[in-house]
Amino acid sequence: MKIAVLTKAIPSYESSIRVDSSGSWIDESIVNYVVNESDSYALEEALQIKESSGEGSEVVVVTLGSEANTSKVIKDGLAKGADRGIFIKNESSTTDPLTVAKIFADNLKSENFDLILSGLQSDDMGSGQTGVLIGELLEMSTATLAIETQVEGDKIKVKRELESGWFQWVTLPFPASISIQSGINEPRYPSLKGIMGAKRKELNTLESSSESQKQSFVNLYVPKNEKVTEKIEGDADTIVAKLMDILKNKLKVI
Amino acid sequence: MVLVVLENQRGKIHPFSLEAVAAGQKFANELNCDLTILCIGEKVDELKSQAQNFKASKLILAKNDLIDMYSADGYSKVLSDVISELSPKYVLVGHSYMVRDFLPRVSAKLSIPFVSDIISVDFNSGNPHFSKQVFNAKLATSIEISSDQALLSFQSAAFSSDDIEEGAPGSVEEFNVQLSDSDIKSNSEPEFQESSSGVDLTAAELILSVGRGIESEDNLPTMQSLADAMGAEVASSRPVVDMGWLPPYRQVGSSGQVVSPKLYFSCGVSGAIQHVVGMKGSKNILAINKDEDAPIFEIADYAVIGDVLEIVPKLTEEINNSK
Repeated sequence: MKIAVLTKAIPSYESSIRVDSSGSWIDESIVNYVVNESDSYALEEALQIKESSGEGSEVVVVTLGSEANTSKVIKDGLAKGADRGIFIKNESSTTDPLTVAKIFADNLKSENFDLILSGLQSDDMGSGQTGVLIGELLEMSTATLAIETQVEGDKIKVKRELESGWFQWVTLPFPASISIQSGINEPRYPSLKGIMGAKRKELNTLESSSESQKQSFVNLYVPKNEKVTEKIEGDADTIVAKLMDILKNKLKVI
Repeated sequence: MVLVVLENQRGKIHPFSLEAVAAGQKFANELNCDLTILCIGEKVDELKSQAQNFKASKLILAKNDLIDMYSADGYSKVLSDVISELSPKYVLVGHSYMVRDFLPRVSAKLSIPFVSDIISVDFNSGNPHFSKQVFNAKLATSIEISSDQALLSFQSAAFSSDDIEEGAPGSVEEFNVQLSDSDIKSNSEPEFQESSSGVDLTAAELILSVGRGIESEDNLPTMQSLADAMGAEVASSRPVVDMGWLPPYRQVGSSGQVVSPKLYFSCGVSGAIQHVVGMKGSKNILAINKDEDAPIFEIADYAVIGDVLEIVPKLTEEINNSK
């Protein structure tokens, strides 16, 4: 089975995010890029499917973005056990999900993947569309928010998470594009051998086709706080004293 | 014309769809155009009686036994056909898990942009801009469309179902659904609930919620002690459940429970969108976080900037001493 895993480099949780001078993008120079969290689960799921489906299977880690931000993401995937990498170079900050998906689809079409796995959404743009869009563009079957997968011959059975504790099983024929919910498995750490071996693995760099965006950012801004927020600062003792007053006298909950 | 698509959630209109109806009426007023409401599925009659009470130009029922059960294949085909025939300027839906599952397929089929998880709309004299949260809610963006049509999904509470104008649709029509077996490639089974051994967080007056900021599973007893001292239920954000520190039934957010306690006391929770939608209705929100920029502070009534692991044990002791 030929499996692609889409991974994205996103700013780490700890990174401070500041709007740059253009007003419509962030200052990337102060940001530390890491692998999008749910993509790590997608990679682990792909590696487990490969390991249980025997000889001749391969996992290809695919990313799109600028060289500076994404190089770590591919290395990480190869070190964890992906067989090769595809890097689609895109130096402009493309934010339209359909444009992103068309670039992926154009570049991946000739690979004829049986399965494309992606994280349910990226923690930066949060659109949660890419995997499904690519699935439609490449005429694959699709499912989202998978929390369990079972390969059954020429089909894959997926347990989908619905809202408020409900679930549904869906059986899809290959080729399929499935987005993975975080928590589906326990992502592995790269081994030292894996890290060393990653350098010798194949990495193809492809150029983005130029697609015009149908939706774009007018600006980026710090959200306005709609509530009157009382800030509580100071050393731990000061904070505790203030909290006691709030809990006891204002909220009357203790 | 704007088109609102209703989702059938086990026999009732999904609450997010009601908010989309309110959005649709607002769009129709602002843009001075017609509003059409669409029900899809074999069980459209379940929604019809409720949908007949909404003021709209038209109510359309797209019924077919091949979509007796939801499937991305069937729903995306039917909605694409409806859009091709009616050419609505905007298609409005709630940002539910079902919408996330099939609406991108429609976007790709018709090459119409899909702006998802919108929190507010600026009608901007006829050329609307749509705001959404990005970079884990640390920033927001305003999006403009360069296309004749767009698909729009709204985050819960972007519009309020209380604002729905009652009335009746000008007409009720059936859409001629063209579906064949070969259109449905995937096979969906009935929805089910896992054995719900757990707690009903929705009934709790006080909730102490923990996020990845508590750093380690070993710090859970410390947090539990504070919850015990306050008489609060412990809840958590998704990462805590994913790491196996707490069971899934403790989770608050889009994939967990939606709560509105008297006090939501959050400890080391960053405030990702998926979590916030599950707790922003709380009467009072008190948040402790080391990161001054944590998005949770935007919705907090009390923002404590500090180390949760230092503050919580001291607070627990003070509460116990005061009893």
